[in-house]
Amino acid sequence: MKNSVAWTDQRFEELIANLLRAGVLLSATVVFLGAVLYLVRHGFEPADYRLFHGEPDQLKSPHAILAYAFHLRGRGLIQLGLLLLIATPVARVTFSVFGFARERDRMYVGFTLLVLIVLLYSLFGSSLIA
Amino acid sequence: MNVLEFTFLVCIGSTLAGLLGSLTGLGGGVVLVPLLTIFFKVDLHYAIGASLVSVIATSSGAAAAYVKEGFSNIRIGMFLEIATTLGALLGAFLTAKVPTSAIAIIFGSVLLYSAYVSRRTRPRSLGDHPPDPMATRLQLNGSFPTSEGIRHYNVYNVPTGFGLMFGAGALSGLLGIGSGAVKVLAMDQAMRVPFKVSTTTSNFMIGVTAAASAGVYLSRGYIDPGLSMPVMLGVLAGSLVGTRLLVKTETKQLRLVFSIVIVLLGLQMIYQGIAGKI
Repeated sequence: MKNSVAWTDQRFEELIANLLRAGVLLSATVVFLGAVLYLVRHGFEPADYRLFHGEPDQLKSPHAILAYAFHLRGRGLIQLGLLLLIATPVARVTFSVFGFARERDRMYVGFTLLVLIVLLYSLFGSSLIA
Repeated sequence: MNVLEFTFLVCIGSTLAGLLGSLTGLGGGVVLVPLLTIFFKVDLHYAIGASLVSVIATSSGAAAAYVKEGFSNIRIGMFLEIATTLGALLGAFLTAKVPTSAIAIIFGSVLLYSAYVSRRTRPRSLGDHPPDPMATRLQLNGSFPTSEGIRHYNVYNVPTGFGLMFGAGALSGLLGIGSGAVKVLAMDQAMRVPFKVSTTTSNFMIGVTAAASAGVYLSRGYIDPGLSMPVMLGVLAGSLVGTRLLVKTETKQLRLVFSIVIVLLGLQMIYQGIAGKI
């Protein structure tokens, strides 16, 4: 029994490692593609980040970013890549819920769900009170 | 400066930060914000947003390598992530409320503290104590492979560690950094987790912690694609190269130099915060 648990743990951790690597790779690729479009179109405009203006609405929420990126806007694509990057740890936590469930570890399924709720709230709910 | 030049220079600076951060184990995020605000005159909120994004990238990238070594303790990580993510959420909300000058001063102090922690010699492990009932109940005690076989360890002072982790999360959310220094402190000092386990587990947690504040940052408009792009790609490239080099390089001198850089940046952040220049 002890051995089989250790084996699932190890295998699961390898799956998680691959998931993290794939997430980072995918997001870096999307950010890079967006960067090319952005620099070709806006490369010679002045860069000024001295004052904080906030971002336009198209770049502030997951569904708006998705819509903007599909219009092949450089900034939209970059933001989509960053969103994928933020989603990578969220996917990892989601995955861990199943991992602990397979080990029938109820306490840790509960802990992991709690972390997942905080993450999803930040991503989808925080704009409601911000 | 036009966008092309700005992107190029920020990318070079971020690559260096990522490289030094991973070679010294101090993390690149901690020098990014001072670099962007002091040298590139970027608004602190944009800088914090870009830094946080790069923290997720390096943490996830490195965690992939660490997980396979079998040092990180997933249960310790997941349990403490309850504290760090809640803290991160609070920190991210506070970023909008706390005046920029105060954030700069807190940031500077954290830099000084990180440099101090990196110079301090590590305490020896304290031999065997009976297992802590709470840690046992939470299944936090673990084991890791060594050259002499599997080594078991027990974890202590769970509530203190949990509380410190909440603080680490809040700092991470407020400043857009991984706050690995505080995380390792909570696990090493308070919970007496072995060094290798605490370092790798802390790295494992940093990405999840940062993701908890990233959503808030995004909806507040702190994450600017034009700025975050060169920062994220640069830091990621730098830290990947750094991890490869790490095996071959003697890092003692480098750590000393990097600590001095961190102290100088910390003092500069505090000065600019007090002078109201940030």
